[in-house]
Order: sequence, then structure tokens, then C-alpha cells
Amino acid sequence: MTENNELIRSSAAALAGKLAAREVSAVEVTQAHLDRIAAVDGKVHAFLHVNTDEALAVAAEVDAIRAAGGAAAEELHALAGVPIAVKDLIVTIGQPTTAGSKILEGWHSPYDATVIKRLRAAKMPILGKTNLDEFAMGSSTEHSAFGPTHNPWDLDRIPGGSGGGSAAAVAAFEAPLALGTDTGGSIRQPGAVTGTVGVKPTYGGVSRYGAIAMASSLDQIGPVSRTVLDSALLHQVIGGHDPHDSTSLPDPLEDLVAAASTGNVRGMKIGIIKELHGEGYQAGVENRFNESLELLKGAGAEIVEVSCPNFKYALGAYYLIMPSEASSNLAKFDGVRYGLRVLPEDGPMTIERVMGATRAAGFGDEVKRRIILGTYALSAGYYDAYYGSAQKVRTLIQRDFDAAFAKADVLISPTAPTTAFKLGEKLNDPLAMYLNDVATIPANMAGVPGLSLPGGLADEDGLPVGVQLLAPARQDARLYRVGAVLESLLEAQWGGPLLDKAPSLTDAAVSSHGGSH
Amino acid sequence: MAAINRDDVAHLARLAHIEMSAEELDRMAGELAVIVDSVKSVSEAAGDDVPATSHPIPLTNVFREDVVGHTFTAEQALSGAPDAYEGRFKVPAILDEG
Repeated sequence: MTENNELIRSSAAALAGKLAAREVSAVEVTQAHLDRIAAVDGKVHAFLHVNTDEALAVAAEVDAIRAAGGAAAEELHALAGVPIAVKDLIVTIGQPTTAGSKILEGWHSPYDATVIKRLRAAKMPILGKTNLDEFAMGSSTEHSAFGPTHNPWDLDRIPGGSGGGSAAAVAAFEAPLALGTDTGGSIRQPGAVTGTVGVKPTYGGVSRYGAIAMASSLDQIGPVSRTVLDSALLHQVIGGHDPHDSTSLPDPLEDLVAAASTGNVRGMKIGIIKELHGEGYQAGVENRFNESLELLKGAGAEIVEVSCPNFKYALGAYYLIMPSEASSNLAKFDGVRYGLRVLPEDGPMTIERVMGATRAAGFGDEVKRRIILGTYALSAGYYDAYYGSAQKVRTLIQRDFDAAFAKADVLISPTAPTTAFKLGEKLNDPLAMYLNDVATIPANMAGVPGLSLPGGLADEDGLPVGVQLLAPARQDARLYRVGAVLESLLEAQWGGPLLDKAPSLTDAAVSSHGGSH
Repeated sequence: MAAINRDDVAHLARLAHIEMSAEELDRMAGELAVIVDSVKSVSEAAGDDVPATSHPIPLTNVFREDVVGHTFTAEQALSGAPDAYEGRFKVPAILDEG
């Protein structure tokens, strides 16, 4: 048990080192994580599907290649045998893909997403599919049709969303790495509230082929991990051009691992975004954020203040653009080609009525709200006032970023205005739920990359706070450089990773209603 | 900008092919009115001189060679279909002939 504990608490980079040195086998590493899932996922509910047989088979293949030695062993990817969890919005052959929706319950994709192909090429065992808000619509995983995920720091609280399953899996040591998707903060906000690391790459930096689309001009797949270096390692596996995605950037991928290993921020200009802290942000969030600024200053960075006056329109514009695109993307769930079909209880059995009954039964409330809102924003007479205006705001936000990046190399803000709230607390107040994404949305609107890393625990509730870094488009490397430095300064203060302070989930004293904050 | 009412929601639900019960329409109209009210400042944010951005990082002329790439077999394409017949998707009646 002690040995397994060490395996599950290791970073992906450390596991890769142990595997390469043959101190441990890929089967042992994968089995340790499967055992952990069996032990704690009843409480956490990070997984919708566990992929035991395939994961162990891939691990055994890696072990066999290493044991045989020679060219094949030398050509193994550095992360070969390091297991990973995948958000259930990303399609996979051999496992169901549900998008957290009843309309796709039990559906199996006939193809793999590009990122999945790349995980397979690297021979990374896929542990399973993680929970999410239905079609990635939400900030708490409470909109999943299969029940919420629980925050490993306090099981009565939300793990963030939409990628709460991926973040919780990593925070609960069920997986060293996970894939997420981020449309308005769905990688970064769960990272913030679970004390983990999450990165939204530059739009187009990672192929979206095989990610079930919510809002195509905003969606981005990215890494979820416990350390900045691990996210860089995973980003390099999944990133780079893909001809199957016409929005995929043709640029070669930067050396992100090298960036995470730079080790200094001396002379870098780091811009505090005036509009993204202060009023509306929890005191403990603000305090930890200010401490991170002091640490960066102490390491030789220059802290400057920048203003992004149009960010105040970002949330509103997002809630016009995203539902508009979602209403169009979700039109394909018609009860004909895949997924659920529900027949009307009476009356004529036309395709229109079957579609109406299918979508009524298959979609949850939040999905319906967004489809109706998007249909409204795109309808004749409202298009210019809503969708058209929101697209102009997008231009203004890009201009704000351009001006800010003329003064600073990276920008910094809290990732989310609060720490994790209680499950159920905001479920009946859609607007309050939307406000969780106020600091993460601008990056999606402009296509720039963002990283969230743990900034400490808030004084008032002892829950994790996230610090967000933002860089210009195509400059993801800067996030890893600054993120890794800040992480090492913070961990030196804490005396180890923040997750060392998280409650043990196997302790008998912690009930499913545990947490004594 | 106009507020959104129950009749609007009923119309939009028809357009979006989602059947809604009377109570669902009432609840949705109330929730959407609050959301629409909160986003209306967006229409005042930008003047006529600001161009619209539809795509964060625009790429132009993204082409591929005009050759057949990977395609699904009929069996693969139909593997998730609720109903199929002789290698095709089977749908309920297109027209109401009643």
C-alpha cells in the first residue's frame, strides 16, 4: 500500500523516469491507479467509465517493448506507460462517449479523436472517461446527466466545471494526467478549485477533431495535471498541426518542456489586469493572489498594472456567442444518426415530432436553456443586436489584450472569483453560475492561451485558490516558464505540493459528507 | 432590446425541435428573461466602426489535396443509429399524412 501510495502521488515526469529506469513496470503503475479509482471513486465520482482491460493491455505492451530492448524500446515516447484519464467529451474507440448527456448514453464512437490517436501513439494507457457538465455546459459538473463529481478537498463541494471529473481525478490521485476541454474556463476553473494545474492552449494549438463541439470558435482541448511540467509534457504529446481540423494552427510546436525548465523570470514584465481582481473576488482569493505577485517580484519580475476596460462586456458577449454556436452544433442530435430516439406518446409519428420528443428527453435543463438562448440570439430581427454586437465585443477584447501585451509579457489574475462552493448552492441560479467564469472567458474570446496553477488555500475556508497566467496567442511557452517558477516558489513556502494538505479519501473518518471547513 | 416572454420561448422551442411542457415554458421564460437582461449591455459596447470577429485566430485558404481520405463503412456509420434498414438510416415519416 505504501508503495502504491508513492506511485499514485508521483508526478507524470517522475513516473516516466522510474519507467525508463525500469524501477517499476507500466502494469504496476496502471494497476496502482486502477486500484485507487476502485478505492475512492465511489466518493469522488470522477469517472463515468473505467477502461481496465485496455489500459492494462497497453501497459503490458510497453513493458514487453522495454523488456525486449533494442530500437523499439529506445523509440518509446517518454510518457509511454504513464496512464491518463480523458474527459468524456472526447471520442474514443472501444469506450463509450456520453458527453455527460442522456442523449448519447451508451454511444460508441466509430473513430478516435486526434488527441486520442496521439495518446495511443505515445502508448499512454487510458484509464477511463471523466465526468463533465452535459456537453461541457456548466461550472460545477452538476449538469452531468450521470450525477455530479465531488471535490476531493471537501466532498460536499463542487469540483468546478465543466471538466470537474478530469480535475478531481488528478486531485484525488486517480490519474497523474487528464485531458480537458476549455470553452470559457472548463479546464482552468476546475484546476483552481481542486488545487491542480490546467492549461487552455492557444486556439488551434491542439486539434479539436473528435471533441464533441459546443462552441467551435471557443473550444480548445488542453492538459490537466498536478504540476506545471506535467502539463507541458502532455501538451507536447497532443499539440501541433492536424489536417483534420481546419482551424488547427500550422505552426510548429514550441519546446514547452524546456520553457517549464527555464527556472527564472528575471526581467519579465507581468501585468496585473485591473478589471480582474478586487471587487467581487473573495478575500482569501485576493490574498493568495497578492502573495503570488510578491513572490514573482522577489524573483526579479517586474509587476505592472494593465487595464482591459472591455472585459466587463466579455461575460455578456460570451453568453451570446457560445449559445449561438452551441444551438447550431447540437442540431445534429436528431434521433436519427446516433444516440437516443424517443417516440411521442400519441399523435402522428412524424420525424419532427420524434425529434422534439427525443431532444426533450435527451437534453438536460442547462442544454435546453443554451439552445433556446442561442436560437433567440440568431433569430431574424435580433441577430445584429445580439450575435453581431457580441462579435464586435470580441474585437474590443482582442484589442484590450493587444494593448496589455504591449506593456507586459504575461498577464496574471485569480482564475476564479471564489473557492469551491457547495454542491447545489448555485444550481437554480444560472446567472450566479455563469459568473464563475468571469476571469477565464476573455482568453477564449481572444484565442489566447491561459494556465491555472494552485496559489494556496483561502484563509476563510481552507480551500484551494487558483492563479491564472495569460500569454499572447502562440506564446504558450511563456505560461510554462512563469508557471513553473511560481509553482516552485510557492511549494518552497508550503514545504511541498499543495495537494499534500488535501484530506485522505481512504481515511475512515472522512464520510461522504465529510469536510470540516 | 425586447424582453423575452413565454410565447417567444414556445416559438424558439419549436424552431429548436425541443418539446416543452407548460411549466417548462414558464420556468424557461423566467430564467431566460434574467439572462437576456444581463447580456443586453453588449449591444451598447461597440460602435459601428468596430469590425466583428467571428474567429479568434483566422486562417485563410485551408485546403487539402483532392483525394479520397479516410471514410467510414456503412456499418460503422450506422453503428450508433437508433434504427437502420438495408444499410441506410431508417427515419419515421417525413410528412404527416393524417
